[in-house]
Amino acid sequence: MSDFGEALIASAGLLTGLNPDLLEIIRLSLFVTLTAVCIATIIGIPLGGLLAVKRFPGRGFVVLVIDTFMGLPPVVVGLIVYLWLSRSGPLGVLGLLYTPTAMIIAQCLLVTPIIAALSRQVIADAHGQYDEQLRSLGAARWQRIATLLWETRTSLLVTVLAGFGRANAEVGAVMIVGGNINHVTRVMTTSVAYETSRGNLTQALALGIVLILIAMLLTLLLHQLRRLNVEPG
Amino acid sequence: MMRHPPDSLFPLAVTSLDFSVDGERLLSGLSFELEGKGCTAILGPNGSGKTLLLRLCHGMLTPTAGSVRWGEATPVQALPSQAMVFQLPAMLNRSVRANIDYALRLRRIPRDERQRLVQEAVELCGLTEVVGRNARVLSGGERQKLAIARAWVTRPRALLMDEPTSELDPLATREIESMIQRVVAQGVRVILTTHDMNQVRHLADDVLFLEYGRLRAHLPIGDFLNYQGDDTMRDFVAHPTRSGAIS
Repeated sequence: MSDFGEALIASAGLLTGLNPDLLEIIRLSLFVTLTAVCIATIIGIPLGGLLAVKRFPGRGFVVLVIDTFMGLPPVVVGLIVYLWLSRSGPLGVLGLLYTPTAMIIAQCLLVTPIIAALSRQVIADAHGQYDEQLRSLGAARWQRIATLLWETRTSLLVTVLAGFGRANAEVGAVMIVGGNINHVTRVMTTSVAYETSRGNLTQALALGIVLILIAMLLTLLLHQLRRLNVEPG
Repeated sequence: MMRHPPDSLFPLAVTSLDFSVDGERLLSGLSFELEGKGCTAILGPNGSGKTLLLRLCHGMLTPTAGSVRWGEATPVQALPSQAMVFQLPAMLNRSVRANIDYALRLRRIPRDERQRLVQEAVELCGLTEVVGRNARVLSGGERQKLAIARAWVTRPRALLMDEPTSELDPLATREIESMIQRVVAQGVRVILTTHDMNQVRHLADDVLFLEYGRLRAHLPIGDFLNYQGDDTMRDFVAHPTRSGAIS
């Protein structure tokens, strides 16, 4: 307990003292995660929307695959990306292994199915609720799509935040494809695992606190969004 | 794609209309014509096809056989001139004012004109007190008024209403009925489905009576109320609850 207390105090010191190494790790973590989530959002929401409103051959299979991929084990994704990006792999010539780009690719693969599957459900519900009414009011197809997206904006943002939460907490895949190289690919989660294995609890705990704070901030944001869901305007 | 309203919306001509789902015929051989004034009530027991008929006339469904024509136009071509109030209207997650305004924005009506039209609709439908409130927190009666306002604000020449008072208490029902009377008085052709015989007496000029997906009768209101035959329709007029007519 006293070790924990000392580590906690020391980690608070690192955070309040704006330790440069710590800030570098936090900055890289946020860069990788936010980039991956942005890309996953750009792919996932239109894909979810398409699956929600369009009927085409093979749609059921695509939905099944995406729903299954929501629960992909991160280490498996890491392994697959590793095999593709490794020197002997199909994309090895790009030299992306052990770079932040490789970590972004891995996180994209993990987060895109989550955003696509959740947004499909959100948009499908709204489509069922609104489509006939909007057609009745004379809305053209693009006007119906725009209205559906606007009406579901809060729920869609929640799906993006869920994706961010998944990416931010990810260890296995980014460890495999990033290699946890100091000053290059070391992010918060891999650093926590690494420092803990070395017995350096102070830095591990400081990063753990940042991760918890980010999780709390996300939860707070989700609560606020749910409250805003019924708004005048 | 902009739709242009047809020159003449009437008569509404339904000819040999069939509608089937998975081989089951839900409407069969319906034919009738409605001219451009007054209020028609579509009556019949549950499952007789009233709502289906309304949705086919509105263009939300495509007939399996036969046709629906508003003048020379198909229901979809006639959408700018005919509107529908659904039994459970979907409300956008925005204010009452913005919900009404939405219908006008779809038609690219200039802002100043929209404001004037929205204000008129709000006043006609008695929504002044709740105009800034989110539509999703309205009572059942207020929602129905808003649905009518949203449909009426586009100045349709025909208004289709699917059981507009089925979820409402007697006071709200009377308010909606008086709104419908005002709309009819403005020259809007109203076609509504209902199970409420009092409403039929108050509002309807003629009645389409459906049974098992077939048109049993198309009668002026007086003839319908004095119908003396010994069948479901007579039973419906005299004892609507016992014929299973009240849902």
